[in-house]
Amino acid sequence: MKTERIKTDILIIGGGTAGCYAAVTAAENSDKQILICEKAHIKRSGCLAAGVNALNAYITEGRTPQDYADYCIKDAHGIAREDLLLTMSQRLKAVTERLEREGLVILRDEQGKYVTRGDRNIKINGENIKPLLADMAQRQPNVRVLNRVNITDIDVTGGRINGAFGIGIGDGTFYIIEASAVLMATGGAAGLYKPNNPGFSRHKMWYCPFNTGAGYAMGIRHGAEMTTFEMRFIALRCKDTIAPTGTLAQGVGAKQVNVLGEVYEQKYGLTTSERVYGTAAENAAGRGPCFLRTEGITKDQEQSLLKAYLNMAPSQTLKWLENGELPGENNVEIEGTEPYIVGGHTASGFWVDADRATTIKGLYAAGDAAGGAPQKYVTGALAEGEIAAQSMLRYLDRNEPSGISEESIARHLSEAGRFLSTSDSPYTPEQLEEAMQTVMDNYAGGIRTNYRFSEKSLGIAEKRIIQLEALSDSLRAKDAQELMYIYELRERLTVCKTVIAHLRARKETRWHCFAENTDHPERDDEHWKVFVNSRFENGSTEIILRRVSEG
Amino acid sequence: MSIEINKNKCIGCGKCRDVCPGTLIALGEDRKAFIRYPRDCWGCTSCLKECPVYAISFFLGADMGGTGGRLHTEKEGDILKWITERPDGRVIVTEVDTRESNKY
Repeated sequence: MKTERIKTDILIIGGGTAGCYAAVTAAENSDKQILICEKAHIKRSGCLAAGVNALNAYITEGRTPQDYADYCIKDAHGIAREDLLLTMSQRLKAVTERLEREGLVILRDEQGKYVTRGDRNIKINGENIKPLLADMAQRQPNVRVLNRVNITDIDVTGGRINGAFGIGIGDGTFYIIEASAVLMATGGAAGLYKPNNPGFSRHKMWYCPFNTGAGYAMGIRHGAEMTTFEMRFIALRCKDTIAPTGTLAQGVGAKQVNVLGEVYEQKYGLTTSERVYGTAAENAAGRGPCFLRTEGITKDQEQSLLKAYLNMAPSQTLKWLENGELPGENNVEIEGTEPYIVGGHTASGFWVDADRATTIKGLYAAGDAAGGAPQKYVTGALAEGEIAAQSMLRYLDRNEPSGISEESIARHLSEAGRFLSTSDSPYTPEQLEEAMQTVMDNYAGGIRTNYRFSEKSLGIAEKRIIQLEALSDSLRAKDAQELMYIYELRERLTVCKTVIAHLRARKETRWHCFAENTDHPERDDEHWKVFVNSRFENGSTEIILRRVSEG
Repeated sequence: MSIEINKNKCIGCGKCRDVCPGTLIALGEDRKAFIRYPRDCWGCTSCLKECPVYAISFFLGADMGGTGGRLHTEKEGDILKWITERPDGRVIVTEVDTRESNKY
């Protein structure tokens, strides 16, 4: 393999929302060299590829950052870090105004104030939000972007980061990147569980299917402390298109109704997990399918909906138009998605301090990769990117660069070379991915079991995931893209093992659907108002319980 | 759901290949773009917007209720035109002014 060695001050793994904004912040506040490694192309990579319909984390007039933090903690049923939520919330207004100056269209009223949607949301045209962010990063003279470079591992010695290894997807170049500080901005993990439509449209999922939990997996393997992987995120979405429902619920006031036309949402509560649970429970009781009641909305409202969905989830508009089944005449069917691990919506991810430093020295995390701060969404990811960048600059002032050893380089090069071979393998990454998704679906609380699991079923899941991990050693790739698929599968398997360990550790049901433990079906504040954290050490996952006040 | 690239229109510029968030598109030996992994498309429509000759359209898989409709985009200044070709042949153009916010 052709190799290339690069030295940089700051390496940012993942050029999505948090990564791009961190690069801009670091570049504008220093003359340090910043490198973004992105496995696709930063113009449209990650969660924001299609756009976003609203900014869901904003401090509207009369509200304070404390209000936002309080809301998130309540929605997470108490399991969230106030310090992280506050430091994030304090920056939400400034990062939003910055994006507006860069060209993001935000709706203002006649007095020039942002028009709000509910208490915390503002209305935008977010179709081009990712190209805007990418352009901000690319025009900094001290930011270099390597597109189509997939980072496969970090290099850590003595608890300190030295850099990372990556593979060029286009030409198979092996990259050795030495960096004094590294930001993990890889997003969360999709594709662990069998999706709603596992056939041809298997990638029509809520979360970006190219976010494989790479950052989590790299951290786990090197012993980083992780938090709250048992608080899975399940989105309530429009059936099949997996398009957002908030636009219908908040935009035109559509209520959740069952097949009998009964409004059921008040029955189950209105937190994020309760909304999903209500729909799952109505279906289980034989009162499904469930819908958002859009029948009777005006033609004007209908036209606005068609446009709003084009700016973020065009499948939904196509579905309405191609069959002539418009929302004014037809209620929109809804369903829960498969579970995801995603630190921007729930609290899973790296355990970080208020500087967004992980427990590995010199390694920082932001956005969906960072845990403890749910409901950060786009603006919260920007805020965390900014915080992490400022922290990394302070870190660089205090620490001398380290290097990557020749032994580590040889080991990583040899692993890639072993996978990259024309010899036959009995399995493909696709086959093992499907097997993994089936295992998680059946035994670790997927759609099939209405998100429920037991300690026994988790035991089966764990055993099968470990088998699949062993089988993945035999995979072979003919080119660099297939090689990426092998690494992605192995990342997901690592994340699955951690999810299973966390689900098993929390012996209560705090969040319906997100962690529905049939052995412990009640919430137990006396024992379980704690963070479930973990560290992978000597081949096993050690569980660490931390009080909610810690951090 | 996935995309369809019209080989007769494709000029082989590679912009769709560059921008795909899943790196799913490649250029063939004929210098025409093709989707290498159709089942792995997320449906983000980045490639449609990037294509200078509007050679790419988007469709819903039958498993998610698709019935043969196609969607593509054309840009005219600040107006992004979304063109739906229905299975019955009817064409519906939805114009989105990119300077205007979503109403919802």
